[in-house]
Amino acid sequence: MKALAGLLRKELYHILRDRRTLIVITLIPVVQVIIFGYAIRTDVDRVRLAIVDPVPDIVTLELRSRFAATNTFQIASILTSLTSPTGPGDVDRLFRQGLAQGAVIFEPGMADNFGRGIPANILIVTDATEPNTGSVVQAYALQVIQAYEREHGAAPGMVRITTSVRMRFNPTRESSNLFVPGLMAFVLTIISSLMTAITLTREKESGTMETLLVSPLRPWQIIVGKVAPYLAIGFVSVLGVIAEARLVFNVPLRGSLLLLLGEGLLFILVSLSLGILISARTASQRVAMMGAMVGTMLPTMLLSGFIFPIESMPWPLRALSNIVPARWFVVVARAIMLKGTGLDYLWRETLVLLLMAAVLLTLSTRSFHERLE
Amino acid sequence: MTAGLAIETRDLERRFGRFVAVDRITFDVREGEVFGFLGANGAGKTTAIRMLTGLLAPSGGQARVAGHDVYTESEIIKRQIGYMSQRFSLYEDLTVVENIQLYGGIYDLSNAQIRERTDAMLSQLGLTGAAREYVRAIPLGWRQKLAFSVALLHQPRIVFLDEPTSGVDPITRRQFWELIYAAAARGTTVFVTTHYMDEAEYCDRVSIMVAGRIGAIGTPAELKQQFGAATMDDVFVALARPAAETAGSGAAP
Repeated sequence: MKALAGLLRKELYHILRDRRTLIVITLIPVVQVIIFGYAIRTDVDRVRLAIVDPVPDIVTLELRSRFAATNTFQIASILTSLTSPTGPGDVDRLFRQGLAQGAVIFEPGMADNFGRGIPANILIVTDATEPNTGSVVQAYALQVIQAYEREHGAAPGMVRITTSVRMRFNPTRESSNLFVPGLMAFVLTIISSLMTAITLTREKESGTMETLLVSPLRPWQIIVGKVAPYLAIGFVSVLGVIAEARLVFNVPLRGSLLLLLGEGLLFILVSLSLGILISARTASQRVAMMGAMVGTMLPTMLLSGFIFPIESMPWPLRALSNIVPARWFVVVARAIMLKGTGLDYLWRETLVLLLMAAVLLTLSTRSFHERLE
Repeated sequence: MTAGLAIETRDLERRFGRFVAVDRITFDVREGEVFGFLGANGAGKTTAIRMLTGLLAPSGGQARVAGHDVYTESEIIKRQIGYMSQRFSLYEDLTVVENIQLYGGIYDLSNAQIRERTDAMLSQLGLTGAAREYVRAIPLGWRQKLAFSVALLHQPRIVFLDEPTSGVDPITRRQFWELIYAAAARGTTVFVTTHYMDEAEYCDRVSIMVAGRIGAIGTPAELKQQFGAATMDDVFVALARPAAETAGSGAAP
């Protein structure tokens, strides 16, 4: 055990002395979550809005100025006629060119109808290729309109303005406010597998690996010596990312923090093991880096359910997603954070992750042996 | 094991697919001798060393290192040998002392042993003042001497040196060989590969590998006599050149 202790200490020295890398690997997850988080975040402002107002009157003019006064909207263009609200008309053209993300369409004679208590129609159209923006535009636009109704004495229960909502281009949308837990999986996989992949191949390139292999150290000791220190670093990243999810993105943590930390650590172990396996089978740092990036980033991005829902994939991809570790962690993290689920319902996913860690570590130990054959 | 033999191989062979890197070599290394293992690049030296140190499994034949079978007792062999690879075997971002402690720990030395041997080693190398320096900060010649001493830290019976002096200046090379003699005088068997033929002259015995086989083996004096050559350089060229040009004639031109 003395040998292993020495190995661990040495690895710690490597990590602590390479300050720049240390800072990079601990900060990257936090920074990435911020960047991705805000890139995909659901709060929307300065949405480009098109207004279609065939016959401007006092009602439409006031509503227009109310839309313009919010931070949420900026009026990108005002049209006076509409070829066809649902067909490929002017609004669609604005959407396609990216000039508008939403449109508010007034019917002619708004003020007349409103005054006489006849329902006046407003159509809100949003570009649902950006589902988040689309739903937020709807919600805010309705707020603006309802505030106007209230202030102008719409009696309770009596609808003075009716709005109908259409989403263009992507009418059935998946809810995507589940992204932060998915993001955790994404960021942690990449950084973890990259770390071990690089450190192991660095020893191969420098020649120190041969010296370790000639020594009485067993392959498992060499692997534990590599994995354990990075597990500690990974744990710091998990803490950072969870804190960030809570504090910056207000993602609720309804379940047990302890369970989440444990599962996070388990997931990092799987990712580190994947990195070890990749580097055990590659000769140079560059190849290992490529392997770690391609081997983790793409599958995690595409097949973890982090961005694209697995349920809507064809069965071959659904089957393939089962071997992506992040796919299981995304489920676990979402369940713990959003639903407050406990281990009694998550044991299956946990078992899968444990199995993956065991298989990956066994495979890497074996490929160490194979190199000697 | 035959008494007095540090290494014995019988028809030791290693193939990579259809390529025969080491072609049924048979040789002995006696305990306590400085054995030069020569050969042109690609002649199979490194493959042979890798088999003897347990980094590579042989395809056929037998080999015993320190009296133990390379197939079945490689874990015992690992404790009996030291190894200094062609590439650098110390960690550049650790200090001199930390490197020594690391390898001491890997070979299960006690803390007292490590401390005592570290002091002795550093004063022998004249590195006491540099004990807390990062290895990357000390000159290459010193690093090589340090790497050699670290390979001897656990007092192995046999030490394998794979081109230990490549890239260092003649004075450091001379000092390095003084270290080798000192180790041999303490009873350590030294198995060394080199491309410097003047170093071959320093060895008790040398073998020269040609295309995977042992082309010649003996003391430097014997080999020079056998090939009618004035220096080891001439012996080497006489052996290696025919193999490099055409297969066939074994004699020097």
